[in-house]
Amino acid sequence: MNWITNYVRPKINSLFSRREVPENLWSKCPECGTMLFHRELADNLNVCTSCDHHMAITPRARFEGLFDGGIFAEVKVPEPVADPLQFRDQKRYPDRMKAAQKATGEREAMLVAEGEIGRTPVVAAAQDFSFMGGSMGMYVGNAIVAAAERAVQMKRPLILFSAAGGARMQEGILSLMQMPRTTVAVQMLKDAGLPYIVVLTHPTTGGVTASYAMLGDVQIAEPGALICFAGPRVIEQTIREKLPEGFQRAEYLLDHGMLDRVTHRRALREELITLTRMLLALPPAVKGDLPPPEPEAAATAATADPAEAPAEAEPAKS
Amino acid sequence: MNYLEFEKPLAEIEGKAEELRAMARQNKGMDVEKEAAALDRKAADMLKDLYKSLDPWRKCQVARHPDRPHCRDYIDALFTEYTPLAGDRNFADDHAVMGGMARLDGRPVVVIGHEKGHDTKTRIERNFGMARPEGYRKAIRLMDLAHRFGLPVITLVDTPGAYPGKGAEERGQAEAIARSTQKCLEIGVPLVSVIIGEGGSGGAVAFATANRIAMLEHSIYSVISPEGCASILWKDAEKMREAAEALRLTAQDLQKLGVIDRIVAEPLGGAQRGRADTIAAVGKAIETMLKELSGRSPERLVRDRREKFLAMGQKGLAA
Repeated sequence: MNWITNYVRPKINSLFSRREVPENLWSKCPECGTMLFHRELADNLNVCTSCDHHMAITPRARFEGLFDGGIFAEVKVPEPVADPLQFRDQKRYPDRMKAAQKATGEREAMLVAEGEIGRTPVVAAAQDFSFMGGSMGMYVGNAIVAAAERAVQMKRPLILFSAAGGARMQEGILSLMQMPRTTVAVQMLKDAGLPYIVVLTHPTTGGVTASYAMLGDVQIAEPGALICFAGPRVIEQTIREKLPEGFQRAEYLLDHGMLDRVTHRRALREELITLTRMLLALPPAVKGDLPPPEPEAAATAATADPAEAPAEAEPAKS
Repeated sequence: MNYLEFEKPLAEIEGKAEELRAMARQNKGMDVEKEAAALDRKAADMLKDLYKSLDPWRKCQVARHPDRPHCRDYIDALFTEYTPLAGDRNFADDHAVMGGMARLDGRPVVVIGHEKGHDTKTRIERNFGMARPEGYRKAIRLMDLAHRFGLPVITLVDTPGAYPGKGAEERGQAEAIARSTQKCLEIGVPLVSVIIGEGGSGGAVAFATANRIAMLEHSIYSVISPEGCASILWKDAEKMREAAEALRLTAQDLQKLGVIDRIVAEPLGGAQRGRADTIAAVGKAIETMLKELSGRSPERLVRDRREKFLAMGQKGLAA
């Protein structure tokens, strides 16, 4: 027993032992505490295999699970002016952006893609909560407008997965103006007679809930998702009383008539296929394993084949 | 007269002048007018100085001043035959939102606005101007009415934000706000909006998605209150001065950003020191904005409104 055994050796051991179990191979379910192997978790769409808790999923991972054969093409989003207010809190906004881009490997908090689900051509947009809380600024607004314009151009439905803490404060009033801007995007789909389906995921709050996320033709939520305008903490501070169990969770909203459905992430793809095909007056999807689509053939079919286009896709207004 | 924190030195001088005059009234023969007039001049200079360049946080305080004219005052002074129409046909009538039909210069219109109340009793009754879903649904109903009968809509915005309460959430606060914004974008009649005090976040957008938007000189319009922003980004609610600065929530900044169309000047010392003049100036601004839109077809009004918001903010502060 000396200085070496008591101090140096444990220190060295701890240095090495850290490398033996890289933490990214296993994640702990925040709900039940089960350790989940990364591959198993990814195969289950980031849903805990033990308690069905729905964890966050990146837009890319979601699209890989959603589109036929995991094939999709990104829809280009116009770049907004960077840091429009020259905003600075404890950090400069451009620094926060860079940090978020580095941490996520993504450009911004929303990804827009087009492809087929159950051989039904759709446009999809998904918000990335890991990118600055999914917050809605000019880019997210541009993404939703681009998604709607693409959907109208291709006469396809739009499926939107929301996840956000709300508006991006660093863009001040311009983030607030995304509420009317994205509502205009929803109007474009409405005018074109195209379905707009919203899937609310955990969490969807603030100005995002109070604009495009609540204006879907069909409103679906993932189990346990927090969906609200004002967050539970703000409400507790205002009314000074404890809120009931499950308040503002997906199931609670369903009970209060604010949603059409609460659907497990694994069942979501099938449900979206069923709903979009009915809304587009298409025959039911063929169940079972389809051969993966040939991207080129699919793309031309979507534009050239009138049978694939929805009957009510002609502009409703003259 | 209520004084704001930064007006304390002014309060002292004005108080002294008032005291002198009160003394003179009691003791005849005492001549204080000269001294009192000197104090008046000093106060006037100080007022001019204070309001020459209000910083954003001071503007927030002026925008929330309890003596500022509120929605009700504007409706009483500017409109005739105001006939309030109540209720959302679903759950309740929200007293935080006033609305109904009225005549503006003889022309029938629909007017909608947030009302904060002017004393403890009315403030509680009006819920401090914080609307619940019923308020937005009442507004939606009134905008629909205006659309069907071709009446222009005028909205007066003055709210700290939508009410963050349990019942409001259960009844779909977010959905109500989203639908109200959507209705603003759908109606085929002129829609003009004036932010007369506080334009608090989504609760303001739901009324202010208009063809023309004006703001009073010392009013504010923001995505979040400076206090709220400070507690989130600075982790310290006391940093509201910095937050107010960073958020660019003043009428002057918002005009630079292209978010609003015009600024309505306030009398020296703010709207609370010249209520009648302020109300008249707002009335003039509304008439001008309506005139700009007159003769436009319903389709054009809808298209203009959508294009306005689609184009908004594309250039940032360089606009």
